[in-house]
Amino acid sequence: MSEKQLLKGNEAFAKAAINAGCRYYFGYPITPQNEVPEYMSRELANAGGAFIQAGSELEAVNMAYGAAASGGRVLLSSSSPGIALMQESISLLSSVEVPIVLINVMRGGPGIGSIQASQADYEQVTKGGGNGDYHTIVFAPSSIQEACDMIYHAFDVADEYRNPVIVCADGTIGQMMEPVALPEAKEAAMGDEAIAAVKPWALTGHKNKRERHAMNSVWLQQDLLENYIDEYWPKYEKAERELQDWEEVMLDDAEVVFVAYGSTSRVAKEAIQALRAEGIKVGMIRPKTLWPFPAKAFEKLGDNVKHVISVELSKGGQLMHDVKYVLGGKYPVSLINRYGGMLLDPDEVVARTKEILEVK
Amino acid sequence: MKRIRIITGHYGSGKSELSVNMVTELKKQYDKVAIVDLDIANPYFRSRERQDMMEDMGIEVFHNSFGYDITQDLPALSAAIKKPLENKDYHTIVDAGGDDSGARVLNQFRKYFLADDCEMIFVINANRPETSTVSGCLHHLDAIQVETGLKVDGIINNTHLLSETSAADIKKGYKLCKEVSELLDIPIIGSYCNEKILNNIKEEELDGIEVTPIHLFMRPSWLQ
Repeated sequence: MSEKQLLKGNEAFAKAAINAGCRYYFGYPITPQNEVPEYMSRELANAGGAFIQAGSELEAVNMAYGAAASGGRVLLSSSSPGIALMQESISLLSSVEVPIVLINVMRGGPGIGSIQASQADYEQVTKGGGNGDYHTIVFAPSSIQEACDMIYHAFDVADEYRNPVIVCADGTIGQMMEPVALPEAKEAAMGDEAIAAVKPWALTGHKNKRERHAMNSVWLQQDLLENYIDEYWPKYEKAERELQDWEEVMLDDAEVVFVAYGSTSRVAKEAIQALRAEGIKVGMIRPKTLWPFPAKAFEKLGDNVKHVISVELSKGGQLMHDVKYVLGGKYPVSLINRYGGMLLDPDEVVARTKEILEVK
Repeated sequence: MKRIRIITGHYGSGKSELSVNMVTELKKQYDKVAIVDLDIANPYFRSRERQDMMEDMGIEVFHNSFGYDITQDLPALSAAIKKPLENKDYHTIVDAGGDDSGARVLNQFRKYFLADDCEMIFVINANRPETSTVSGCLHHLDAIQVETGLKVDGIINNTHLLSETSAADIKKGYKLCKEVSELLDIPIIGSYCNEKILNNIKEEELDGIEVTPIHLFMRPSWLQ
């Protein structure tokens, strides 16, 4: 780890990616993540990599497809509507099992929306905006340090699972500054031989020495496609067993459990202190992975729990639906939310919790 | 301190937080006090976000032509900004945007800034990677001078790591500021630090430079 520096979220994301061995970045500007491509445009070449400003998010994701298929460690970043544009190719990347890391710095939607922080991409990133049977693995950081650690780890997870991984931050995490110790810089595998050694599937050129590698996303015989899906599907079952991650906050005696992720979990944490000072026993489950959803965290909740509240920045309660699904009606589930780029603050969370519980 | 003080510096040096701190202090001394927020580069965490608080204190806030509800990164400034610059009854803090590109917008008000009653301050946070070295500071300070055609009149040491700031950070930042100050013959006019560590800093270690506690107006408690 490096000495601590004061870093803006977006620039820290880019630094963490380079330290993880990312050498290719393709991007198109969109607020609130512009400092990522800005940093990459200045620094990636110094690390022996390549930055290309694409003409659109569609170009960027397909350039990334090529570079990642050739075995490079590739980062993409965008914000909500830009991630929406990339969904078709995220499905394509999944269909040929090409690893890639994407950072989504979420802003208000739908459509072009607003440029302030939001969490209304929960369904977009966890349920997949693209077609077909696939999942994207999704990490949700609540601080810049955690975002850097998750990005660093995401490159390894993407390679291990040969699958797109999304680090789902929000405008607040992207734009704020915090003290950060960067993870140690790794060497990147560069050149056909080095890449073939770590990614034997990569399109490094057969040079008449081995069988050709082909990446194929079209199956004209549906039974073969069904077989192919069966071949790769176990990795998603493995991810559900092994990757679920969450933080538990004061659950031992909690009668009310907040579920919150990203920057909103920080608001919820402060509200928990205030509510506890008034004698209301609140705890929290903070999902650190959004897919796989940390269902295991909810299995452990006991009889002391009377109410579960999803605290999130989306109108319909996108996170709340997964919470309800894993709880299967065991506890009443409510929603405390703002949306469109408006944020919750601790006072509002406290007041609305009391309203839900009908206490004064 | 002159009637108009422009606060410049690299992104993250703490310009907005310092500007809000300075203007609230000024209000204790003067009747007519204004803050001009010229940050058109950043859509988040701008000093105008504390407009209500400052207006309640009797401070006039000037910024873009859309009102503070608009958070878009649009380079549209209100002509009303000229009021506290032109009217010599006002004491005014000008919070410039980050970097030389953010400071470019100062040019349209240049005639006020060239007057004797105006000074430009360069803020340094030695814990920001790009201003952690003498050459980094010189580069950014010079870029701002070239872009605005104005000369930096004073340096402020605002070295911090938010809630993790220690006295050692302040001393490290002061040492850097001193080297920059001596090379350019620009005085260090002050050093700021977190209220909590003020007692750990001896002014003699900073050659007697005044150390002022900074109150975090801009950052909500859940981000501290």
